[in-house]
Amino acid sequence: MLKFFLTRVATTVPVLLLVTFVVFGLVLLIPGDPAVTIAGPEATVEQVAAVRERLGLDRPMVVQYWDWITSALTGDLGTSLFTSRPVATSIGDGLPVTLALAGSALVISLLIAVPTAILSALRRGTWLDRISSIGSSLGIALPSFWLGLMFVLLFSLTLGWLPATGYVPIEKDPAAWASHILLPALTLGIAGAAESARQLRGSIIGVLQQDYVRTARAKGLRGRMVIGKHVMKNASVPLVTVLGLQITALLGGAVLVEQIFGVPGLGQVALNAVTTRDIPVIQGIVLVAVLVAMLSNLLVDLTYGYLNPKVRPR
Amino acid sequence: MTNVEKKPKARPPSAEVAPEAPAASAMPAGSPASVSAEALAHGGGAWADFRRRVGGNRGAMIALGVLALLIVVALIGPFITPADPNAQNLRAVLLDPFSPGHLLGTDQLGRDILSRLIVGTRVSLLAIALALLVAMAIGVPLGFLSGFLSGRFDQVVMRLNDAAMSFPPLLLAIALVGVLGPSLRNAMFAVGILMAPRFLRLVRGVVLGLKEETFVEASRSIGTPTWMVILRHILPNTLSPLTVAVAVTAGYAMLSEAGLSFLGLGVQPPDASWGSMIREGFLYFGRSPWLGIFPGVLIALTVFTFVTLGDGLRDALGREERTES
Repeated sequence: MLKFFLTRVATTVPVLLLVTFVVFGLVLLIPGDPAVTIAGPEATVEQVAAVRERLGLDRPMVVQYWDWITSALTGDLGTSLFTSRPVATSIGDGLPVTLALAGSALVISLLIAVPTAILSALRRGTWLDRISSIGSSLGIALPSFWLGLMFVLLFSLTLGWLPATGYVPIEKDPAAWASHILLPALTLGIAGAAESARQLRGSIIGVLQQDYVRTARAKGLRGRMVIGKHVMKNASVPLVTVLGLQITALLGGAVLVEQIFGVPGLGQVALNAVTTRDIPVIQGIVLVAVLVAMLSNLLVDLTYGYLNPKVRPR
Repeated sequence: MTNVEKKPKARPPSAEVAPEAPAASAMPAGSPASVSAEALAHGGGAWADFRRRVGGNRGAMIALGVLALLIVVALIGPFITPADPNAQNLRAVLLDPFSPGHLLGTDQLGRDILSRLIVGTRVSLLAIALALLVAMAIGVPLGFLSGFLSGRFDQVVMRLNDAAMSFPPLLLAIALVGVLGPSLRNAMFAVGILMAPRFLRLVRGVVLGLKEETFVEASRSIGTPTWMVILRHILPNTLSPLTVAVAVTAGYAMLSEAGLSFLGLGVQPPDASWGSMIREGFLYFGRSPWLGIFPGVLIALTVFTFVTLGDGLRDALGREERTES
């Protein structure tokens, strides 16, 4: 187990290093002189020079990267070019909100996906299976932001059951938090649910055709035991892979959903930064999002390696 | 490789399917059996087999039909619009569907929605094509080399691939567009980069598997030059899995384009794509929900078509390809 843990962590390090290159390299992609572009079309020569100095664009690339990465390690991601707030503070405000949203969405998506997949795999080829497979294709096909708008239209504007926009921190009022997060989380969770249900259905069907399932049935084990003990355990292998991808995708999808429901998460900060070309903020957010995604994937993998000895290297 | 090969079953294994429903089960179960017999008789190339099997898949054929229709609309769209898609008429704003002269109504600037949807088809399909081109231009050669050369090169490429896949897709696209500047071209370029790992992993896997196949080994052993092996045996066999990946990825590219355009980072006004139409209608949603409903339905329909096509093509491949789609 320790060996598995160490190798898994060790493979993360070079990937993380590459990611920091990419994030840092974003500034190189700016067409023309980055300082001129960032300062804007009306900037004077002095302003451009000030921007260049502030971002350290006049120094060699290696030095710039070194400074950036060493301060990032101490939690200093620089300051915003427009609001002059430390980037880390803005991210610190938005991240918990986005995590709450993505986490609730993940729970919702599993609550929908797992029962659907089990039912349609067991009743394979029936109308139930057909409906759920059409449903999951639709779940993938519906753009999340559009679905969110439809939910607002139905549940907020027409029925008036739930608030359309805004966010209340959970520590302030859990009930209000729940009512505000329900629609965004549902919106975000549905696409994930569709995807997971499809994958899980396929893997359950695969397991159902294995010899040991037939043996278990043949020796007279009750259906529930066969499914719970033999099928689900083995079918959940691909689900874990999907879960890892899902977490990464949810963090990205949150940007759209936050925009519709006016949730003040990381996505809002990112979008504001993008419209003003606030490079340090963009870099900071991408870096933090990747870190969160990588850490949760690492956690998923480690838990999984702990649960299932088959995936550990020998 | 723990790939579970699945043969098409003549009958569903579950006993729950009652014998009194033969009509329902005969349709999907009957066709693969006959097709595989046909394929056996032919013994043609993998690509020819694949095409034959797709022809027998009803879902895939319907999806292909819808796709063909969309392509036709995209091609002749600008010539068949009932009105100028960008012509404003402030005396006829937010008209409901079935208003005289405006079949699907007008938007907040009095522009004809049907016309905008029609020209948006071309924008959306071109955007998908661009993203797919970028993704394949990066993913296919790298994946091929990675699988064929293996070793050090493969390790480096796979690390890069891991790094690329650890970015939350939409967020990286937003960041890239933020840096490059908002335009449809930049947005789809970013989406293409994000999609590249899918192709890379797929092609690498297929090539790795093919290298071990007996027919490749046999061909090598009689002294076929490497380039010939690649051209005759390896490349043609990557074609059908690639087609599946293209169909599935196209759906995701469509959703990404719509999402980025909705955020204002894709197509720029006054041009219309389906995603940007939802963005523009956003504020008037309470009064005129049709503004958002029509383009949303079209997006969903198109993605659904691609997903169905991908599923059908995958079935035609005869096994469940477990790529993370």
